[in-house]
Amino acid sequence: MTDVGIIGVGIHPFGRTEGRSGIDMGIYAVREALSDCSLNWEDVQFAYGGSDASGNADTMVKQLGLSGVQFVNVKNGCATGGSALYAVASTIKAGEYDIGLAVGFDKHPRGAFNPLPEEWGLPDWYGAQGYMLTTQFFAMKIKRYMHDFNISDLSLGRISEKSFANAEHAEHAWRRDPVSLAEIMESPMVNDPLRKYMFCSPAEGGVALILASEKKAREIGAPFIKLDAAIMRTRPQGSFEVFAPSIDNDIDGSATRLASQAAFDLAGIGPEDFDLAQLQDTDAGTEIIHMAENGLCADGEQEQWLAEGKTLLNGQLPINTDGGCIACGEPIGASGLRQVYENVVQLRGQAGARQVQNDPRVAYSHVYGAPGVSAVTILRK
Amino acid sequence: MDQDITGEIPHLVLSEDGNYYLQGGHNEASGKYVFPLMGGDKEFFEPVQLKREGTVWSFTVQRFRPKTPPYAGPDDFIPYLVAYVDLPGQLKVEARLVDIEEEKVEIGLPVELTVIPDINGSPGSVMHAFRPLEKSAA
Repeated sequence: MTDVGIIGVGIHPFGRTEGRSGIDMGIYAVREALSDCSLNWEDVQFAYGGSDASGNADTMVKQLGLSGVQFVNVKNGCATGGSALYAVASTIKAGEYDIGLAVGFDKHPRGAFNPLPEEWGLPDWYGAQGYMLTTQFFAMKIKRYMHDFNISDLSLGRISEKSFANAEHAEHAWRRDPVSLAEIMESPMVNDPLRKYMFCSPAEGGVALILASEKKAREIGAPFIKLDAAIMRTRPQGSFEVFAPSIDNDIDGSATRLASQAAFDLAGIGPEDFDLAQLQDTDAGTEIIHMAENGLCADGEQEQWLAEGKTLLNGQLPINTDGGCIACGEPIGASGLRQVYENVVQLRGQAGARQVQNDPRVAYSHVYGAPGVSAVTILRK
Repeated sequence: MDQDITGEIPHLVLSEDGNYYLQGGHNEASGKYVFPLMGGDKEFFEPVQLKREGTVWSFTVQRFRPKTPPYAGPDDFIPYLVAYVDLPGQLKVEARLVDIEEEKVEIGLPVELTVIPDINGSPGSVMHAFRPLEKSAA
């Protein structure tokens, strides 16, 4: 099989852009990505793309050019971007095409998501009585985790403090004003123990990645960041997932653990080799849990890691270098590809004031979402 | 075959002893429990009355009004406690926690099933919740 990698990246700033549709943000990102590797739309041989709530990706050919290109729509919840990336990479690895596009975008209304019980196989009373909230689930998950592994409230605050500090230097981030630890810890409680500044919000944005075989990348003289692994997994028996009226007594395993392990096996490297990581941070608590679920540290070690600043930009293993979901917001279809975008920029050494200082060679990304899906990637310079 | 795979089997039932029970499902072969028991589960799970007593496994306070739909509560919003209650040997169920101040809730707190007026305010109808276990005087 041929090696596959990323040669072009483009992003539409995250946050709120009045008057611009989700799909237009996707188109904007595609044009940026093409320009990044000096290709034309007609050079793209095939595409996978999607959004969760902003329409069909393939309709963007109207604006990009009616080249007759093969364009497949992906709708896979929070793993939409990761699944698109997997499909593009696999097709190139199989030798069917040389140059492909993965694109994700979304535009969500303000406030928490309001999913309906019947769409999730749940009884009406579950929504009516006020249980159907992702924030509630994440709060109870981290509450138990903090109890089991001695994680302090201050550690939650440190995650958010880092996110906003990093985002100040990320042009594509949404919330770019630093927020002090004191301000975070005094912000209103939303779902105990999580406060206002510890949550990400639904948002808007688009990301596009141009992938190519190594041979093709050399031919056209484009910078090549190798994609060692792109993996998507669903949940195993006994996992503790969002929208659960009940959970098994024996909680064991998660979609994240399955996806990360599969990626390590495929790439032949593990967390000790990573120079930076982007982790799903729906809230400060999930970043803490995901540090362990992805094997970056042991359960409970986060307390010390955060106190020592190990995951800051100048730390041993910087995490969420562009501020993650907490500072960028979460347009579902684009969120996972944003992480990959950020890793490519960092590996190229083009991240400016937020550039990590450890001369990064290997970068990891991880998304997680309802109803228990996870997608991870490993990139190598 | 006569099977309703869409309907929900009642999750809160008034038993002959005058007590309410949560009704879940149990698969004897695997030992696994589910709650609620949905129509699609009937092939694998027998209806079972869940234990009425357990301990708080985790909890939070819902401090903002959920969006309607699906939330059916009044516009006037009062924050409420939500917990996962560990029913020993069975499973953990998500439920409101009542009759306790939020500062007093802690993981491991013994609780028992109770009912409170239904969210939509319809007279006589109730929904499930848990409350601190009364220390028996006997």
